Amino acid sequence: MSLTKIKFDKKIVLSFWIILIALIIAAPTLLPVFRLNLLGRYLSLSIVALGVDLIWGYTGLLSLGQGIFFALGGYCAAMYLQITSSSEFPNNIPEFFALYGVEKLPFFWEPFRSPVFTFFAIWIIPALVAGLIGFLVFRNRIKGVYFSILTQASLLVFFNFFNGQQKLINGTNGLKTDVTQLLGQMVGSEYMQRIFFWITAVLVIAAWFFAKWVVKGRFGNILIGIRDDEPRVRFTGYNPVIFKTIIFSIAGGLAGISGALYTVQSGIVSPQFMTVPFSIEMVIWVAVGGRGTLLGAILGAVFINYAKSLVSEALPASWMFIQGGLFILVVTALPEGVLGWIQGDGLRNLLQRFGLKRKIETYPSLEVNNKEGNNE
Amino acid sequence: MNNKDLLNLIDITVSFEGFLALNKLNLNLQKGELRAVIGPNGAGKTTFLDVITGKVKPTNGEVIFKGKSLVGRKEHKIARLGVGRKFQSPRIFENLTVKENLEISVTTPKSPLNLINKSIKDEQLNEIDRLMKIVNLAQKVDSKAGSLSHGQKQWLEIAMLVGQKPDLMLVDEPVAGLTDEETDLTADLLKSLSGENTVVVIDHDMEFIRRLDSNVSVLNQGTVLCEGTMETIQKDKKVIDVYLGRPED
Repeated sequence: MSLTKIKFDKKIVLSFWIILIALIIAAPTLLPVFRLNLLGRYLSLSIVALGVDLIWGYTGLLSLGQGIFFALGGYCAAMYLQITSSSEFPNNIPEFFALYGVEKLPFFWEPFRSPVFTFFAIWIIPALVAGLIGFLVFRNRIKGVYFSILTQASLLVFFNFFNGQQKLINGTNGLKTDVTQLLGQMVGSEYMQRIFFWITAVLVIAAWFFAKWVVKGRFGNILIGIRDDEPRVRFTGYNPVIFKTIIFSIAGGLAGISGALYTVQSGIVSPQFMTVPFSIEMVIWVAVGGRGTLLGAILGAVFINYAKSLVSEALPASWMFIQGGLFILVVTALPEGVLGWIQGDGLRNLLQRFGLKRKIETYPSLEVNNKEGNNE
Repeated sequence: MNNKDLLNLIDITVSFEGFLALNKLNLNLQKGELRAVIGPNGAGKTTFLDVITGKVKPTNGEVIFKGKSLVGRKEHKIARLGVGRKFQSPRIFENLTVKENLEISVTTPKSPLNLINKSIKDEQLNEIDRLMKIVNLAQKVDSKAGSLSHGQKQWLEIAMLVGQKPDLMLVDEPVAGLTDEETDLTADLLKSLSGENTVVVIDHDMEFIRRLDSNVSVLNQGTVLCEGTMETIQKDKKVIDVYLGRPED
């Protein structure tokens, strides 16, 4: 997307990582519990944003239904926590079942007694669902705005299903996790929240490296090829359906992990995770941060959500206007997002405007190439 | 049809809601042949390529390539069988570098697994070097393809086509927008490719076609009007009427 990538010195990169790791380790002592918990939640949202960047920024698939996979991951985690903490309730099943007169655990809850199963289910189930939806859609060559509409429609289907099934998954009330037990500790306790923060921080970094690995090299180039000219990719002998299904499935898996981490840190999973605005917000984080930059997706998710909570504390009800304005600003003035703008010519243009940097006199490509040639 | 033929189009008819883009078109290509296809606008030249490459399914008729029927096969499967196509306006991946564009074309097998966990083979890298020298893009290896000039883009796409190692190359208007010098070089390049490869060139540019010095098929209203050398078709009365007009001198 951007012509020039900023290249950093190795020492700077190394010190950046050292500072980052130190901050992660120190964060629980530096931040009050409330702020730490918010940061952990926003970091977990950055994982779903990475997935959005992979499918939208790189492959050109604008999904408005990532909430499906996000919620599925959250439900998997919550079902495990509820069922393993239900020994004192009637029939040894989660408390809410009693409200609806359910005495026998629905069959699909059974495997969630196993921590191993749950560990895999959190990302494999969303990835499989995404892969299935993706395959059917891509095979029929549905793309562009029709794809977006279809993903949003699927989101509504899932939302209505989860919302209406009290007897299966507590419907609109969702599943609470903060009063459940994990490894002998209350999930909502300060101690566990600290652990979850660290796990989230590590997983964000891992997800970032994973996403970088996916888009590096020829696989990533094919994704970009599909985004820019899909028929050309096809006539070169590649089957775009497979590539799109794989990347959509990866994004689904990342959304699942993100949803599980978000659930344990916010204390509840509910069909609210599958509302239309929430899935659109995910796209906004990526658009503002910078499409096709990966890091932009992480920064976008964390900063916009932090801004949201700060603004909402100070001026309740005004956040929606600010968010809408931000989106309009990015679409019109910074189509490549903040990071894309910095990596491109944005910063230089701004400095030129204030007379701080020499203007380019010929074609940019000529000057840049000459500079590289002369090792200036 | 005989066994020296690489491609046979038999009675191909393509109907777009009643409009016959191709009408009982018959065309045979021998292995190693260089064939030029000309025709006025709307004669069905591009549809003819669309049928071979699987983009358009013929309403009627058969496409036989290396003894196999291509009708109903997916585009990428046809490409893997050995049919390569260069589009009318250069279709390259502008956000990738010249080298990355060529990597996409020379890579085999074209499966996701191969692409994600293996690095490119040495012989494929050598092939990329060779291609870049042929089309004079060696100095532009790491430039974004979008920053190339129009002529360079045309050549990059031709290089991508060659890199795919197709048995049949379909080249749609390769010299549109090129300078005279570039046009001559392109003609020489295509001539040098035939023999080993089978090449079909579609173009309007008479000088260019003459320079190719190949057999020419003239399309008109979706069917082959006449076939033969440039001299023969220039004397053909039907061709003069529909396409060439009166000789200038």
